[in-house]
Amino acid sequence: MDPKIELRHLNLQLASGADILRDITLHVPPGSITAIIGPSGSGKSSLLRCINRLWEPPPASVYLDGSDITAMDVLDLRRRVGMLFQTPALFEGTVSDNIGYGPGLRGQAMRPGQVDKLLGMASLDDALVDKPVDQLSGGQAQRVALARTLANQPDVLLLDEPTSALDPAATLKIERSILHLRDTLGLTVLWVSHAFEQVERTADQIILLVDGEVAEAGTTQQVLSGNHHPLIDDFAAGRL
Amino acid sequence: MFGSLTWLTRILGALVLVVVAALISKRQKVDLEKDMLTAVVRAFVQLIAIGYVLEFIFAAEGPLWILLVVAVMVGIAGYTAGQRGQGVPRSLVVATAAVSCGAFFTVGALLLLQVFPYQPRYIIPIAGMIVGNSMVVCGLVMARLRDDIHLQKPLIEAALALGASQRQAMSGQLKRAMRAAMTPIVDSTKTVGLISLPGAMTGMILAGAPVLEAVQVQIIVMYMLIGAAAISGLTAAYLTYRQFFNRAHQLIEIKP
Repeated sequence: MDPKIELRHLNLQLASGADILRDITLHVPPGSITAIIGPSGSGKSSLLRCINRLWEPPPASVYLDGSDITAMDVLDLRRRVGMLFQTPALFEGTVSDNIGYGPGLRGQAMRPGQVDKLLGMASLDDALVDKPVDQLSGGQAQRVALARTLANQPDVLLLDEPTSALDPAATLKIERSILHLRDTLGLTVLWVSHAFEQVERTADQIILLVDGEVAEAGTTQQVLSGNHHPLIDDFAAGRL
Repeated sequence: MFGSLTWLTRILGALVLVVVAALISKRQKVDLEKDMLTAVVRAFVQLIAIGYVLEFIFAAEGPLWILLVVAVMVGIAGYTAGQRGQGVPRSLVVATAAVSCGAFFTVGALLLLQVFPYQPRYIIPIAGMIVGNSMVVCGLVMARLRDDIHLQKPLIEAALALGASQRQAMSGQLKRAMRAAMTPIVDSTKTVGLISLPGAMTGMILAGAPVLEAVQVQIIVMYMLIGAAAISGLTAAYLTYRQFFNRAHQLIEIKP
């Protein structure tokens, strides 16, 4: 199967010359969930930011559906590759203002039914639609951010620890939504997570990054069982 | 017009009040007297100096002198606003360009419409007011945008990640910066004459001009200042936010 996302010897340097990512090669199959794990500062968020070009990767190192992303229109790319951050930065206004933001950028208005559908995809009650965003709980806010991203109809989702600040119930709701989106829409997901159980529950494959390099990669079963990198045990014990 | 006192005695008369204020400040340990002394001396020296310069230029009446004086004003204003906008890459260039834009279009329009003749006596004080106002607005816009870009980085990146262009991602910040910078001048225009009589008009009335003539000039001055401030502020806003992005609509990492 052709990979949805392919990284070929991706290197990334800071302006200061420090290496953040080193020689990363990766195949992400379509419709899969890939967990990216590793100690703090190992380059997990930087890797995600290269895939939607919030940071610029070198040419010919990141491919989406076989095309070099640095040759694509960057705004189109970001609509196709949605991203959720650790804290859901919602715009001033209501839930529906936020959900309509992406289509609104291209002059498209959301129909009422569409907003309800997106709320449902993010396991949110459609009664929230006119609620000001400053009245939402942390979990609701993150799910609104998910619905807002889905309004662009992306085929890839980059998740940068979106549940790390949420309680277990809110975390499970997000997980269920993501699994459902993969199963129904075939979304390809790259998920940076610090939670071992979450990775076990959701990931099809795992990438362990250490100091900007891939230290271990494989299916979840391969990586978690058998002879693996010692940091995987630390991760399982919640020490990573 | 002011009785028989000489100009120096009149100034000394006004200075008495400053001395009283300084004494109170010293007694109350407010610690303002040194600053007040510096301000009083600087105001005296600067105004006397500019008085002689203006006398010379008004007498010379050469069109190039006007340009030279306005250029010096724009340079100083650009430097001052640029200092306020420190942390914005190329802040001096941004501020100078923005102040020049406001001055060029406003003074140009006034000359084109023959509101004032092209004579140093008219153009220099008017350009001074325009450049001074534009300087304040530019400094405020640049400082506000710089701070908002640092404080609201997650919001800006969230917008970029949803496919917003840099202009779209910054629209809220641009609007707020412009509003904050323009509010003082808009408010003072709204209440002009109700709370205090504005500077140009007060000056003309004190100098003995007919009141309605002073009012007429003041109306022109207020419209002109609002126009110049808006042009300079918008130019500063536009040039400032672009310093923080590259062509790929990526926020450039800049240390605050």
